[in-house]
Amino acid sequence: MDFLNAIVAIANYVLIPGIAYGSQLALGALGVTMIYGILRFSNFAHGDTMAFGTMVTILFTWWFQSLGISIAPLPTALLALPFGIVFTALLLLGTDRAVYRFYREKRAAPVILVIVSMGVMFIMNGLVRFIIGPDEQRFADGARFLIRARDFKQWTGLSEGLAIRTSQAITVVTAVAVVALLFWFLMRTRTGKSMRAYSDNEDLALLSGINPERVVMYTWLIVAALATIAGVLYGLDKSFKPFTYFQLLLPIFASAVVGGLGNPIGAIAGGFVVAFSEVTITYAWKKVLVYLLPESLEPSGLAQLLSTDYKFAVSFALLIIVLLFKPTGLFKGKTV
Amino acid sequence: MKKLLMATATTALLAGAASGEEIKIGIILGFTGPIESLTPQMADGAELAIKEVSDSGKLLGGATVTPVRADSTCIDAGAATAAAERLVTSDGVKGIMGADCSGVTGAILANVAVPNGIVMISPSATSPGLSTAEDNGLFFRTAPSDARQGQVMADIITDRGYKSVALTYTNNDYGKGLADSFKSAYEAAGGKVTISAAHEDGKADYSAEVGALASAGGDLLVVAGYVDQGGSGIVRAALDAGAFDTFEFPDGMISDKLTENFGTEIDGSFGQHPGTDSPGVAKFGEIVGDKFDATSPFTPESYDAAALILLAMQAAGSSDPAAYKDKVMDVANAPGEKIYPGELAKALDILAKGGDIDYVGASAVELIGPGESAGNYREIEIKDGKITTVRYR
Repeated sequence: MDFLNAIVAIANYVLIPGIAYGSQLALGALGVTMIYGILRFSNFAHGDTMAFGTMVTILFTWWFQSLGISIAPLPTALLALPFGIVFTALLLLGTDRAVYRFYREKRAAPVILVIVSMGVMFIMNGLVRFIIGPDEQRFADGARFLIRARDFKQWTGLSEGLAIRTSQAITVVTAVAVVALLFWFLMRTRTGKSMRAYSDNEDLALLSGINPERVVMYTWLIVAALATIAGVLYGLDKSFKPFTYFQLLLPIFASAVVGGLGNPIGAIAGGFVVAFSEVTITYAWKKVLVYLLPESLEPSGLAQLLSTDYKFAVSFALLIIVLLFKPTGLFKGKTV
Repeated sequence: MKKLLMATATTALLAGAASGEEIKIGIILGFTGPIESLTPQMADGAELAIKEVSDSGKLLGGATVTPVRADSTCIDAGAATAAAERLVTSDGVKGIMGADCSGVTGAILANVAVPNGIVMISPSATSPGLSTAEDNGLFFRTAPSDARQGQVMADIITDRGYKSVALTYTNNDYGKGLADSFKSAYEAAGGKVTISAAHEDGKADYSAEVGALASAGGDLLVVAGYVDQGGSGIVRAALDAGAFDTFEFPDGMISDKLTENFGTEIDGSFGQHPGTDSPGVAKFGEIVGDKFDATSPFTPESYDAAALILLAMQAAGSSDPAAYKDKVMDVANAPGEKIYPGELAKALDILAKGGDIDYVGASAVELIGPGESAGNYREIEIKDGKITTVRYR
């Protein structure tokens, strides 16, 4: 019984939140890695692109709710998601035309593009705050739980509860579907292959007649979809606030770099590595240890490695360690 | 242009002289920030007292009083100091009703009130640290120190038979002060605090914090936070994960927003906030009517804070803070005739004749020690998704 209780406690406080958070980070990191691989710069505006996409989705969600359209028990936001993607795609294509294309034609160094993307970041930052305000918005509706902690305790008779929120389940299912679709697109379709070719060797790709502007356009479209989906899932699961999306940039970049920049598989692995290190290092293991260990060995303290305040420090530390010892990341990306 | 300006200035002066002195009172509260759902009612309460005095025409032989609002932001000491500085130097206020949160109150006191010699009466700053702050006798509060709230909290929890609790507090002066005073009072009463962990406001997700709290265990969770901020986030995450079912809420958490956010999910949870069953509360409710919510936390205290400033002026016969600061304790405490809300005109009359008053007001004001309220608390419990009164302590 104690053993089962320990497993349920770990699942409730570590595994389930970790998997949901990891999927959200992985989707975000995929977007960053796509831009790095194909457009060859670190896009600092990614967090705010996510915020913009989520904002549009929220506005459409509210509109649908006022019209009484719903797909209960699923959240209405899923219905509004495609509209969010379309508007984000328009925004990104517009930014590319107005800003990035100029530097691409000049063949500017990646460092310059990074700084340019910071400028874009501040503009998007302001845009989102201007439209929806800096406050927290909640837009999740429909059924909140798949399994409630209290019900679980009654069913199983265990003293530990297990809760699975609908948003967590949706996050994982959507993430798996999106990743499968993305890999199918990159590996099997003609456009996907030309994107990989362009990423591997730009000159060779140009020689073989690949239209660079087309590749760039498809990249932005995919990034728009990835960013909006990641942002909406994060917002559904937690809450939407422009500032927290800006802060998400750090764990997202840590994920992409840890996995290897420019490598999609690395981005996914990196997302989970970062998420689980954040959760496990800041989790207080006392409860689990009390269940597992004999009474004489029970810890008197909390058995917590770092206070939860240091969550972001964990992503920072991981980033630095990987850059020091394995600059190309776990899955051999490009050097930063 | 110059002539026109001169003319306007002269008219203004003449008009001022005709109707007696014009006194400005600053109302500095966090109209934006973590307690923004409480402050509108607090300001309304203070302005009600100011209007009552001004309309009576009895203050200092017919002085008019006007309130000037400013935003303390509750958390940004720099912004709050600048706002208070503006009140004093540009608006020329004679007293400040405020500030609200303990951190910004301390900052305004040290940087603006003391250097400029302005009296400050806070309706809601409850940090124990302010009891010993250097104030030259200028600072008072109609709210009790959290040292007292910590004691009351410990009593309530012990009376209900809870032997061990987990404690989380918002990471600022208010949260830390309250958490520390509660912890020492509760442990002195034989209780056990399994964990005392800070949480940061404004995060998207508190499941990690709740994980640590749940791991430490305890019969209930004490949330010394803000309802518009991380406090609600903690409760949400704790309910979602099934970590705690029962919560204890200090004053920062108790507002309609709490029941709006959680409804019946927190049935059986309880808490306390400054409040009293003295007849003053009912009278305050009567004069407020349905203009605003008179039972919102710190609203009676705000009415009292503004009233005390004006009554002290009358007692001193001057609106000069240096003169009336010594009268605040006199008008607030016995001996004298008891004064309830809506009776400010009567109080002004008594004081004008050189009589003595004992201001009771809406929150049963009794100032002790360094000029802070002795403290009455309303113990509440959430029943069927509503805040209900259990008793007064």
